[in-house]
Amino acid sequence: MLLAAAGALALSGCQYEILSPSGWVAEQERNLLIISVLLMLIVILPVLFMSVYFPLKYRADREDQSDYDPEFEHSNKLEAVVWGVPILIVVALGWYTYVYTHRLDPYRPLDHLDAGAPVEVQAVSLDWKWLFIYPDQGIASVNELVVPAGRPINFSLTSSTVMNTLSIPALGGMVYSMAGMETKLHLIADEEGTYPGRSAHYSGPGFAGMVFDTEAVSDAEFDAWVEGIRDEAEPLTRASYLELEQPTMNVAPRQYGSVEDGLFGRIVELCVEEGKVCMGHMMMVDEQGGGGLEGVGNAAAYSYDRARTIDGFGNLIELPPLESNGGHGGDHGAGHGSDEEAMNGDAQNSLSYVLAMDPDALCSPTGAQTEAKTNGI
Amino acid sequence: MIEPGADRPMHHAREAHAHETEHQHHSPTPIGFWIYLMSDCIIFGTLFATYAVLGYSYAGGPSPADLFEPSFVAWETGLLLFSSITFGLAMLQADKRNVNGALMWLSVTAAFGLGFIAMEIYEFNHLIHIGAGPDRSAFLSAFFALVGTHGLHVTGGLIWLFTLMVQIKTHGLTPANNQRLGTLSMFWHFLDLVWIGVFSFVYLVRLV
Amino acid sequence: MASEHGQPADTFSPIFGRFTLDWIPIHEPILIGTFAGVALGGLLFLALMTYFKLWGPLWSKWVVSIDHKKIGIMYMVLGFIMMVRGFADALMMRAQQAVAAGGSEGWLPPHHYDQVFTAHGVIMIFFVAMPFVTGVMNYVMPLQIGARDVAFPFLNNFSFWMTVSGALLINVSLFVGEFARVGWLAFPPLSGSSYSTGPGMDYYLWALQIAGVGTTLSGINLIATIFKMRAPGMKLFDMPIFTWTALVTNVLIVAAFPVLTATLAMLTLDRYMDFRFFTNDFGGNAMMYVNLIWIWGHPEVYILIIPCFGIISEIVSTFSGKPIFGYRTMVWATACIMVLSFVVWLHHFFTMGSGASVNTFFGITTMIIAVPTGVKIFNWLFTMYKGRVRLELPMLWVIGFLVTFTIGGMTGVMLAIPPVDFQLHNTLFLIAHFHNVIIGGVVFAIIAGVVYWWPKAFGFKLDEKWGRQAFWGWFIGFYVAFMPLYALGLMGVTRRMNMYPDAGWQPYFIVAAIGALIILYGIACTFICFFVSILNRKELACGGDPWDARTLEWATQSPPAPYNFPQEIHVVGREAFWQMKKEKYAFSTEYTSIHMPKSTATGVVLSALAFIFGFAMVWYIWWLAIVMLVAMIGVGIAHTFNYNRDYYIPADEVRQSEAKGTLA
Repeated sequence: MLLAAAGALALSGCQYEILSPSGWVAEQERNLLIISVLLMLIVILPVLFMSVYFPLKYRADREDQSDYDPEFEHSNKLEAVVWGVPILIVVALGWYTYVYTHRLDPYRPLDHLDAGAPVEVQAVSLDWKWLFIYPDQGIASVNELVVPAGRPINFSLTSSTVMNTLSIPALGGMVYSMAGMETKLHLIADEEGTYPGRSAHYSGPGFAGMVFDTEAVSDAEFDAWVEGIRDEAEPLTRASYLELEQPTMNVAPRQYGSVEDGLFGRIVELCVEEGKVCMGHMMMVDEQGGGGLEGVGNAAAYSYDRARTIDGFGNLIELPPLESNGGHGGDHGAGHGSDEEAMNGDAQNSLSYVLAMDPDALCSPTGAQTEAKTNGI
Repeated sequence: MIEPGADRPMHHAREAHAHETEHQHHSPTPIGFWIYLMSDCIIFGTLFATYAVLGYSYAGGPSPADLFEPSFVAWETGLLLFSSITFGLAMLQADKRNVNGALMWLSVTAAFGLGFIAMEIYEFNHLIHIGAGPDRSAFLSAFFALVGTHGLHVTGGLIWLFTLMVQIKTHGLTPANNQRLGTLSMFWHFLDLVWIGVFSFVYLVRLV
Repeated sequence: MASEHGQPADTFSPIFGRFTLDWIPIHEPILIGTFAGVALGGLLFLALMTYFKLWGPLWSKWVVSIDHKKIGIMYMVLGFIMMVRGFADALMMRAQQAVAAGGSEGWLPPHHYDQVFTAHGVIMIFFVAMPFVTGVMNYVMPLQIGARDVAFPFLNNFSFWMTVSGALLINVSLFVGEFARVGWLAFPPLSGSSYSTGPGMDYYLWALQIAGVGTTLSGINLIATIFKMRAPGMKLFDMPIFTWTALVTNVLIVAAFPVLTATLAMLTLDRYMDFRFFTNDFGGNAMMYVNLIWIWGHPEVYILIIPCFGIISEIVSTFSGKPIFGYRTMVWATACIMVLSFVVWLHHFFTMGSGASVNTFFGITTMIIAVPTGVKIFNWLFTMYKGRVRLELPMLWVIGFLVTFTIGGMTGVMLAIPPVDFQLHNTLFLIAHFHNVIIGGVVFAIIAGVVYWWPKAFGFKLDEKWGRQAFWGWFIGFYVAFMPLYALGLMGVTRRMNMYPDAGWQPYFIVAAIGALIILYGIACTFICFFVSILNRKELACGGDPWDARTLEWATQSPPAPYNFPQEIHVVGREAFWQMKKEKYAFSTEYTSIHMPKSTATGVVLSALAFIFGFAMVWYIWWLAIVMLVAMIGVGIAHTFNYNRDYYIPADEVRQSEAKGTLA
């Protein structure tokens, strides 16, 4: 009933992106949606009918009450039906779920579609805009996603601060982006067109402005777009990324003509800033038993959130950097009170300690295990 | 259906006194408190699970091997285990209606409990002083939360213990006080059990 | 600067903590208007109470009462009051989204709108739905098992007032400071100390923590009641279905709420003492919060709906003139749901990158819950089958429930299929789904229960005309308000957007806003119905058994005397009251004195202290927090020195009170 109404509306316009999708993934998801509704209607329709029919048919003021059976409270036949039919439907649904969940696993590449070479896109949710890095093309764009139609798009997702999801309903389902982790999403646009995308997980005051257009274009147009940016736009370096990362709202699309090597890896591992230890290295050190008692003093090299503290309107709050020498770390680490005594951190010392333990610690992200972490629990 | 033989007791006035003894006999307190302990158990379970997930995230800081002293923890454990035994002895005295004996063993229990808490405060203070406070890593956060929650429970148990000792001193081993003593005994042994979990899971396996 | 506005400067004074006058939102006309309204209403209330000299009775007959019936009624009052607050939030959201299309910012900036949707969710779940189900269980369950009161009457009073403290704290955040802007489950890192500065998030934490104490204790209390206080002869499988659902619900509360307590405590430590549980840095793990909160959160939705299944069962059986169809099946189905509700939590975040096998597992476990739920619906239908169905007011709500809840169940199973959820997660389809089961399920069932047990509680029926108006307002309003949201969800429209670029969505939002107004009419009629019925209580008086009921709560007077039953009842078999009527049973006229617990103010005093403690913690007023904590411990200890906790109602008094009332 619901579906029929929705279907009729879908024909009248092309707004129902989930019901009239533009990509293979979304189409499969739509098909499953319809199969599941039809399967359930087998039991839902009779129930809806009986919910209204029974109270009317057996109303107390009916004329012929010979069928009133005040003791009727059990029937093995009926019990078998009321358990059996839902179980059968759930078995069928469960089978579809098993097949489709594996087929449409967002982590599964779309190689099986034989649809040409995939495009790699590294998507970063920033406060409050999307950064798309094209590693193979060496360019990047903000709040603008241009992809060649008919070729799979392999997204790697992460976030600079809080959780978001990358959602382009016309092309398929969404996946979360989370700081310090890398998640994957594989989509494809079957036809050229413009498909709205956005963040679908509330992420703070600028959330509603995290919208972008996905332009699916021909290969030639895509190449032309890439070339145009490469010639014109400024480079995305660690420094310009840190500037971009500052909280802003309702950001107009912009582009970057080149991208510093390994930037996305550093974003994932929270070490774009100078003097921060990459998470992969941290995990390696932790696996070998941590940094020992000497490690207590180098907290500043691991601190990330503190420098990104914002107020309720999305403005950055400047806090003194974390105190770095051991000794009093725990006594007044608290919060962001202005009563906190001035920090006179011994950052140099701790850094030299980190470097002594692992000379590469600040140089390159390793990509180690961050992915495993998202699947862990 | 109404039980055929049952209308007699229903139609007959019962003596208030008989009613009261029955009331005492059927007190819901033990089962209620037992359900409470189960819910508390789930709080600890959540904290244990958190420790299992975060217990290896040192963030380049110290690990259990750097921080925990086996003999120190053994002493803590010993104090708490002995306090459970002495609580048991107090219960035996209470069964014999020996107010002074019960109070004596309760005092010993309290002394052991205080010793345990003092050692824990010393350990926390020491860790924070060397910079290994709960803000240094997720592992230390999970450690402080789990052990600290247990410590808070023991502190609560001690306050209860002192209160009850005063009440036994003033009112004697009345049925009400006996019930309270039994409930506190459940609580105290429960905390002991949780500590055995903490001892094995937080300290022992991480030091071996 | 991301915004031209900013939050008050971060200061700290030893006396006022971080509170400054800048935190009073005098620049927000909406809040000032609301405050003026509340203040005027409050003053009028105070004046009337004083004029009619009602303060004394309010205190001695209600506030300090440990009678489960009065506490149950107070829970319902709390639920209805908070429903008005939560619904005001809903109207604001609908009004904002009806206008904020295609570049228009509407009239609520994100800073305000985001508080509104967070408050709406928190209030509706914790301070409307929870008090409703707890209230009905509190009132009805002890009567159904033939008990004099709950197992721990004082604890019951304390639980209630702790819930009120939590509710008060949330309402204070309207006028002093701000509320959280994180969504009702407050996922970190957004809810952590870096990305939610200011007191809003702390109001959230302390309000839920304080109310949570009450909920957990009440759960323990009601389980102990069912296990220990049943009338002699009533076996577990003789208990009315509603009592069964109450048992299952409270087991769920006791098993799930501690997880919430621990999780919120960890988030509190993160925010107050720089712990690193859920931070991005220092090895924290925000995913763990998401897992833990949903390990509580999924059972929570069953905590809300299972007692409603019980209410529906009682009403269907009574108004069909038949025992419930498949009693044992019903009990086992409820128990199945209880167990299964703990193994489905991951379906709330299929889109967080779990593997296909994990997603499949949780998808299928979720669908399996649909089986026992479906069985229940069939059982209600077959209870009506070959019955004699009286289409009175409670039954009207039940039919509304059956139709609406079934549709909501279907959309729920759709969301349980991972690939479908990839598309519909966090869209308005999800919003429509859970309102479909919470309004169509919980609210409809609760109001059905209120209409059904109102004569029990007060001795007169509710006005039929206004009752029907209320039903149609709610029923039609629900469909007009939420069908457009289903449609929008199928367009992929995301929840929690304070404005949206696509003007094509606007007509749907406008229809939804009209639906909200129709629901407003339903709510207004509900209150008018109460009011008119109280005015006409003489004409509507109906005696002890107005519905030809079957369960034990109807065996005593309406409203019941404080001691509930003049004598202990020996029960054999199910539907005790039906059997009593068949055997023309009457209570003996020889009465004995009855042993009862005494009222005490300790619960309300402790809760008041807890409220001030929470407020002090929110604002970092450390000295006050310490004083309150010590005071709470002191009052608690002092309470244990009171051994004089019960009294006897003399036999004469029982005789008089029984002579007044209507006997079964």
